[in-house]
Amino acid sequence: MPSYEPDRLRPASYAGMTQKGQNAMAVIELKNLTYTYGEGTPFRRTAVDNVSLSIEKGELIGVIGHTGSGKSTLIQTLNGLLRPTSGQVLLNGKDIWAEPKKIRQVRFQVGMVFQYPEYQLFEETVIKDIAFGPGNMGLTPEETLERAKKAAAFVGLSEDFYEKSPFELSGGEKRRVAIAGVIAMDPDVLVLDEPTAGLDPRGRDVLLAQILSYHKVRGNTVLLVSHSMEDVARIADRILVMNSSHAAMFGPTREVFARGEELERMGLRVPQITKILASLRERGWPVGTALTLEEAVRELYPLLEKGGVRA
Amino acid sequence: MSENGFISARDVVFAYEPEEGQAPRNVLEGVSMEIRRGEFVALLGHNGSGKSTMAKMFNAMLLPTGGKVFVEGMDTVDESIVFEIRRRVGLVLQNPDNQLVASVVEEDVAFGPENLGVPPEEIRRRVDEALRAVGMYDFRLNAPYKLSGGQKQRIAIAGIIAMEPDCIVLDEPTAMLDPQGRTEVLETIHRLNREKGITIVLITHYMDEAVQAGRVIVMDGGRILLTGSPREVFSQVELLKQHQLDVPQATELTHRLRGMGFPMPCTLTAEECVEALAAYLPPVK
Repeated sequence: MPSYEPDRLRPASYAGMTQKGQNAMAVIELKNLTYTYGEGTPFRRTAVDNVSLSIEKGELIGVIGHTGSGKSTLIQTLNGLLRPTSGQVLLNGKDIWAEPKKIRQVRFQVGMVFQYPEYQLFEETVIKDIAFGPGNMGLTPEETLERAKKAAAFVGLSEDFYEKSPFELSGGEKRRVAIAGVIAMDPDVLVLDEPTAGLDPRGRDVLLAQILSYHKVRGNTVLLVSHSMEDVARIADRILVMNSSHAAMFGPTREVFARGEELERMGLRVPQITKILASLRERGWPVGTALTLEEAVRELYPLLEKGGVRA
Repeated sequence: MSENGFISARDVVFAYEPEEGQAPRNVLEGVSMEIRRGEFVALLGHNGSGKSTMAKMFNAMLLPTGGKVFVEGMDTVDESIVFEIRRRVGLVLQNPDNQLVASVVEEDVAFGPENLGVPPEEIRRRVDEALRAVGMYDFRLNAPYKLSGGQKQRIAIAGIIAMEPDCIVLDEPTAMLDPQGRTEVLETIHRLNREKGITIVLITHYMDEAVQAGRVIVMDGGRILLTGSPREVFSQVELLKQHQLDVPQATELTHRLRGMGFPMPCTLTAEECVEALAAYLPPVK
């Protein structure tokens, strides 16, 4: 059982930290990205409208937005599953569509884990399933197996799982196999669409801790798409808020969640703990924005001490 | 039946058909519970606790391998009345896309009553009423696939309501929805409970949904761990955590502060938590 401490998943000093400085380098840059479904038909609908932004190497980005806000379309342009109607997607400074025949290479560099990925498992054994991706990258069988084993370890699947059929695993275990299959390709950018949907609280905490530790050890860039504001608050450095096909906000997690009313108008929420401290702040108490319970306790403790009502 | 529940489960044992060469394992280890008419019950537990299996017992989707389940006194193992039972207890599942069958919203809602052999003019009335009850009447001629997740889930609920059930069992109906969709679905089922007296059994991993229920039942390892009002259940923070369950952040905050020596009550919602803190914080200058 991996040890984890949900509240400490995200050190306070980590908030909003981007790896600026001499190594500053955009791994992904979107320039005036627009994607229109059904161009040239009466059903034409622009799902992503003129979005420009840049994501630096090693960032963990949370992506939020209500259903239909354009976030799923946006992430599908990142590895070339959708080709922009106009504008550009730059990966490490290069337009991914500069040479359309090489788009397959981009899919190894930008790994995508879709919603409910466990429905996409198909191999006879867990280890074969995880090895499927790297097996298509021209590696030797030994390298492929090595990568698969490493990826399995990242998601907490021990050797006992290797020879099991993926179909005899629990839902949470299946999902970890599916995520390992993408991690095994060792992508520079890992995109996870709703990785914790449908998991119970424990399964959710374990998976988030694994994603975070993978991110830290590998130092790669992770995009986490989620409807769970609590999950995003706990692990993201920055948050991208999509609303009506536009990038409505893109900033440090704390700054974005300090704008609770605007988020609610977009059909979103802030974590309950953030809301509690925001209400106290509105009523005049000097408390900051809290993203986790630990932070809330840190903000409240000195004030409560002053109140002098400790039993 | 007055002393018994609308749904009554007695010492229910259940094991799924084992894989070849493996011993059967009980998912339910002798569960007894009563769901009273008009109640709003939240059923909690981690994955594998047996809660979804239990819910499928309530409309004879699964039958006990030991013990009994009665719906209004009808034994669910009696095959001759299975449709009577399913007419009374409707089931809504997690993924709305797997539950919608027609290409027009109102046809989808009519599917259930048509199968029950309800006369056409009565179907018309029921479909309109069901769509109004979930706030989707204006969408009756739309295509379901063009709706949002929350809207689709409300159509699935309308399809159940059109069968005029006494009880709706919902198995994680909001797991795939965005925050707005979750709110829409939750408000809809609370309204059905309040205004139409429909009994609700809600299975959820979201503790903020559970605190709004009239009663909470927590399952673990195929047994009932705790049952009581949301406040009775969520005040057991340590016990719930031991069993890998969560409590609302508001509850956990006041719990932790209490542990640090501050006399905080148990709070369940953001509003309650703010009021409790406001009472203890030094006055604002």
